[in-house]
Amino acid sequence: MKHRAAVLGTGQTHHRSKRPDVSIAGLCREAVDRALGDAGLELADIDAVVVGKAPDLFEGVMMPELYLADALGAVGKPLLRVHTAGSVGGATGNVAASLVQAGRHRRVLAVAFEKQSESNAMWALSIMPPFAMPLLAGAGGYFAPHVRSYIRRSGAPTDVGAMVAVKDRRNGALNPYAHLQQPDITLESVQASPMLWDPVRYDETCPSSDGACAVVIGDQAAAEASSGPVAWIRATSMRTEPTMFSGKDNVNPRAGADAAAALWAQAGITNPLEQIDVAEIYVPFSWFEPMWLENLGFAPPGQGWQFTQAGETEIGGAIPVNPSGGVLCSNPIGASGLLRFAESAMQVMGKAGQHQVAEARTALGHAYGGGSQYFSMWVVADTPD
Amino acid sequence: MRDVAVVGFAEAPSVRRTDATTNGVEMLVPIFHEVLADTGLSRTDIDFWCSGSSDYLAGRAFSFVSAVDAIGAFPPVMESHVEMDGAWALYEAWVKVLTGDADVALAYGFGKSSAGSLRRVLALQLDPYTVAPLWPDSVSIAALQARLGIEAGRWTERDMAEVVVRSRAAARTNPRAQLAGHVKADELLAEPYLADPLRAHDCAPITDGAAVVIIAAEGRAHEICDRPAWITGFEHRIDSGSLGSRDLLTSPSTVAAATAAGLHSVHVAELHAPFTHQEIVLRDALGLGDATRVSPSGGALSGNAMFAAGLARIGWAARQLLSGDASTALGHATSGPALQQNLVCVMEAR
Repeated sequence: MKHRAAVLGTGQTHHRSKRPDVSIAGLCREAVDRALGDAGLELADIDAVVVGKAPDLFEGVMMPELYLADALGAVGKPLLRVHTAGSVGGATGNVAASLVQAGRHRRVLAVAFEKQSESNAMWALSIMPPFAMPLLAGAGGYFAPHVRSYIRRSGAPTDVGAMVAVKDRRNGALNPYAHLQQPDITLESVQASPMLWDPVRYDETCPSSDGACAVVIGDQAAAEASSGPVAWIRATSMRTEPTMFSGKDNVNPRAGADAAAALWAQAGITNPLEQIDVAEIYVPFSWFEPMWLENLGFAPPGQGWQFTQAGETEIGGAIPVNPSGGVLCSNPIGASGLLRFAESAMQVMGKAGQHQVAEARTALGHAYGGGSQYFSMWVVADTPD
Repeated sequence: MRDVAVVGFAEAPSVRRTDATTNGVEMLVPIFHEVLADTGLSRTDIDFWCSGSSDYLAGRAFSFVSAVDAIGAFPPVMESHVEMDGAWALYEAWVKVLTGDADVALAYGFGKSSAGSLRRVLALQLDPYTVAPLWPDSVSIAALQARLGIEAGRWTERDMAEVVVRSRAAARTNPRAQLAGHVKADELLAEPYLADPLRAHDCAPITDGAAVVIIAAEGRAHEICDRPAWITGFEHRIDSGSLGSRDLLTSPSTVAAATAAGLHSVHVAELHAPFTHQEIVLRDALGLGDATRVSPSGGALSGNAMFAAGLARIGWAARQLLSGDASTALGHATSGPALQQNLVCVMEAR
């Protein structure tokens, strides 16, 4: 019943704090043109477009996909706009994949972006909704207690977060598109950076970025007609739970664990640590690397930090995590999830350049959002099954 | 391809102003109860949930996040959200069922239009660099479209008033309509202009509300209801975002969607026309003749909950099949300035 689908091409912008050289449309088009070029296709080859981004308040434009229809080549075609909080980039990839898997379209363009410099994300997040806890100081203040809880529960040494930051920032220096280029960062320099939300320091925090990402997804015929390598989508999954409820586990949320279990089952993976060659995981604050390693089932509860500490999440380790530099190096929020998905595809296509993991054949793309409550993931591989 | 049918529908009362919060929970909980009771389903029978809403309408980021509380989403659910009318959430849900990942799916949409100045909020949908800074509001843009049609001899102010007469009369059988009753065209034409040539009655009311539709795949659909509304075509298209480059007297996206959906003649068409003249544009685009009953609910002119009204149109069209009042029906939804984006869902009873 489900048709095969594959990533035919990916593209992304050079992510920066501010991209005043381009409009929102220009930013998206930069990623789209690169993705089409990578796939050897033109806009006319695209049957449908899926746009994803985080809250419209981040740019101050209501439903910007309406204005973007022309720039994205969507006029006369179906256009969907997805918004599932921080996980939206991943959801954008999954929804685009489902359009192909359902047999609706042959080639679908997924585009996700955030141009944070157009507005002020801190303002957008500092609303006072009734009956809900205000975020006030943005996401870091919200997530820091969860990190403290993780450290207490796992007994992790307190320098593990800094280790993640050093690894991701050095990886980012291998990625020409990454926003932060910090090849000389050290454990000492991270630990000397200002404390923002104890225990999360400045250098353990994602930047605010302008950026976009685009992925072209095609059906089997389109994949077979592709002259270059493709990344076959082996599995996709999404799960949601409420922000707050009695019994919520913010360190190891059930929605993430359920999404991972469904993903592995669909992909026929019984031992992710053995069977996944590289993982692009949504880590906006350093400590989420060990937390998500456990949530995803790469490590038993309380032991994720041991992988980080032993260097197993570096390129060349047992499970390389975020060879692209990840969210810690570039965070155009709405695009951050699709970047994880695109980077996982680039790895199995052998197109990751300096940050390529050797012999990467099966990869995970992961995103989460809201109060650790929205999860979207996919598994891609160099063969269809 | 799997056959999929609409098996349930409920909508909140269309009201000018609800006391409920902008996250929709208070409007959604009662209609979730209603639609689940009607279909004999429970929350855990739903394999996939998908919602449509707008942060800008709610005046906050992540408004849909709190709406999940209306589901009671624990254990966690398979769920997604579009920043669009719930009709597009239903489309995503339908695609999900087609993939085989879900057999029963629920789509909902909600909007508290009264939370801000709706016509000004909608101005923010325009090109943010060259158009939105001028603040052309949604009513003014629709008025330009209506004026074009009058100047071109496509319709008259009386034609537009007649749309209201029919809408209000039809809405008398819709207990959840915001506006209903007997009105006469002459009386309407004596009213002052709101935005020349539009009078207040030419514009859909400002409405708070919500809607929910359940779909099920073959095998499950007949277990849930006797006369499922089988979806035979479900398509949507978008036109240019540049108003100046569009012919506002036609709706190419509606024509393209209807053609792709295989639309021929239908007994009932529920049209999402937020302005009277737009119903005329849509009837032309869809090729609807006198044999088609248009918007028996009263349509958007009798209640237009933003981000729910399009989904409600599909629900109302399906209801004509579920009840046995018709055997073919069309639900239509629109989004964006001056009918920029359009969706059609063609259904039949078997």
